[in-house]
Amino acid sequence: MVKSRYFEESVKQAYLEGKQPLFNMAKGPIPGEMHLSNGQEPCAAGVCAHLRPGDFVTATHRPHHVAIAKGVDLKAMAAEIFGKMPGLSGGRGGHMHLFDPDVNFSCSGIIGQGMGPALGAAVARQMRGDEHVAISFIGEGAANQGAFHESLNLAAIWNAPVVFVIEDNSYGISVAKKDCTAIEKNSDRASAYGISGVFVPGNDPDAVYDAAGDAVSRARRGGGPSLIEVETYRLEGHFMGDAEQYRPKGEVERLMGIDPIPIYRRRLADAGVDSALLEAADARAKKNVDEAIQFARTAPAPEASDAFEKVFT
Amino acid sequence: MHLRKCLLNRIVAKEDEKLKNKAERRLTIAKAMSEAIAQAMDADQRVLVMGEDIGKLGGVFGTTQGLLEKYGPERVRDTPISETAFIGAAVGMAASGMRPIVELMFVDFFGVCMDAIYNLAAKQSYFSGGRVKCPLVIMTSVGGGYGDAGQHSQCLYATFAHLPGMKVVIPSNAYDAKGLMTAAIRDENPTIFMFHKALQGMGWLGTEPRAITSVPQELYEVPLNKAAVVRTGRDITLVGFGVTLHHALDAAEALAVDGIEAEVIDLRALAPIDRETVRRSVAKTGRLVVVDDDYKSCGISAEIIAMVCEDPQAKLRSAPTRVTHPDIPVPFSPVMERAILPTASKVEVSARNAVRGFE
Ligand SMILES: Cc1ncc(C[n+]2csc(CCOP(=O)(O)OP(=O)(O)O)c2C)c(N)n1
Ligand SMILES: [Mg+2]
Repeated sequence: MVKSRYFEESVKQAYLEGKQPLFNMAKGPIPGEMHLSNGQEPCAAGVCAHLRPGDFVTATHRPHHVAIAKGVDLKAMAAEIFGKMPGLSGGRGGHMHLFDPDVNFSCSGIIGQGMGPALGAAVARQMRGDEHVAISFIGEGAANQGAFHESLNLAAIWNAPVVFVIEDNSYGISVAKKDCTAIEKNSDRASAYGISGVFVPGNDPDAVYDAAGDAVSRARRGGGPSLIEVETYRLEGHFMGDAEQYRPKGEVERLMGIDPIPIYRRRLADAGVDSALLEAADARAKKNVDEAIQFARTAPAPEASDAFEKVFT
Repeated sequence: MHLRKCLLNRIVAKEDEKLKNKAERRLTIAKAMSEAIAQAMDADQRVLVMGEDIGKLGGVFGTTQGLLEKYGPERVRDTPISETAFIGAAVGMAASGMRPIVELMFVDFFGVCMDAIYNLAAKQSYFSGGRVKCPLVIMTSVGGGYGDAGQHSQCLYATFAHLPGMKVVIPSNAYDAKGLMTAAIRDENPTIFMFHKALQGMGWLGTEPRAITSVPQELYEVPLNKAAVVRTGRDITLVGFGVTLHHALDAAEALAVDGIEAEVIDLRALAPIDRETVRRSVAKTGRLVVVDDDYKSCGISAEIIAMVCEDPQAKLRSAPTRVTHPDIPVPFSPVMERAILPTASKVEVSARNAVRGFE
């Protein structure tokens, strides 16, 4: 969680370079949209703690926390976000299109569309007879896409070893979940497809860990798919540059007050974890991130002609 | 800059002398679209708007500013991220006497809702023997150039223009945006109204200053099937639309310095294409460069060149050429993206090659 947060803070800083005082998305070392995951770390950390490199994960347009928790190469990922040659795809994909086949991670920017591929990857593993599973992370907004319902049904009838994880940060851009979703908890939709559905309140990494543990081990045992909805918070705008006028007054301040990272740090301390250990973990995370960002900044840019490579393999 | 303004005024004057004299408000395309929709909603109770973030937010690209406040949530509906359902619903509304306008936030997202567009909306009239109409407007953002990569930077003009039964338009400036939007809302057929992010006038995207124009207060129409000759010349025809019209205009200015007189056509309508205007111009100049930021193969640029080659009157003095996005996904890294997008200087080089004698 702390590595992910340091990473996002560092990306944020770099992203804003060249975009101040006038914000222009095309400018600076990182152009384009930037969707940060600050606040949503418990979902990624709690789920991915159960995963092995051979397990397959799809994430969304907001992918960094999940990629980091899944063990995506941090330097190559940072270089990709900066559009550099040693990036995961050589700078072709950018922040919304990170592919790291070494750890079976990918993401994409079309809402709900990671679910089908995760289901397929799960079935491929099932057919090979190994114990690997697939996880698809989506936002709560994606639960209103056709792909969501089709994937749940198909996963159920194929008894696929897949876990669908909804990161419910209560907004899809400016539209609140309550204003666009027919029921309160998307996890209840699992019952329509005869699969397990649980809601994890409180943005709590331990609770996510427990729920994901049940779902992942069920999938590994051949017990079929599950749906988990995690209550979480987005501490930043939908994307960098979002004026966030759709938020009720005081919401960001309130959410900052329940930032899961300091809360978890306190919980660990209260449980008797040595503060030196926590500081060491912090320092290690910071060092990893600093090295990755430094690597990305100084890495060579691709050649323009590289754009024409890799369209086919 | 001054020269550009003069040019622009000439365009507007051509459109409609009367209207031009009345008002001198300068609007962005985003504002012009919002205004056209608001005035259409005032004039016609059947008009309503649906889409993601079009309510409180006023549209991610500012296309529905102020509408929720003015017309309320029944006529200005923020939808879930459910394009299949709400665009399908728009087809049913249109069949039931309403005049829906829906926003597909980025054209790149058409994959999740294309059936409602090309199998339902575009065929409703045909399948009903003309008895069921489909007065539907789908407005959608296109284009890259700001580092948003391959799922948020596409144009896909030809993907839509290829399919019979729907009209496809794209404005290059705010005056046309308001007029085309008004015409699209009033039309009895489905219209795909594309707007280019590089012209939209959203501060966070930067904008082409020439796209911000004087826009009359009152409603007016720009026809959905007419190209505009925005600069006259005898030596070569440059065809563009949306942002590429501006590349063509910039190229024409550069060519003029050396005495090459380029005629510049703003296509405006991608389906049906105004073949007459293009053919008439090329019949005069004998040379043609088409600028298109969509993928190269099987695109609008191919269609323009084909229609000219099919014209028995065309007496081509050089082979027609095109400046397009190549047949690759839009790359993220600015080093790659900048290199592959059409630019004014690429258009200029193509034009000079065509007009060899001037070199
Ligand atoms: C099919 C499709 N429709 C619309 C969009 C535009 N869009 C990008 S992010 C987003 C909101 C997503 O909300 P949610 O799924 O809750 O994820 P969050 O952004 O909250 O992480 C929307 C509508 C898209 N990328 N794909
Ligand atoms: Mg959300």
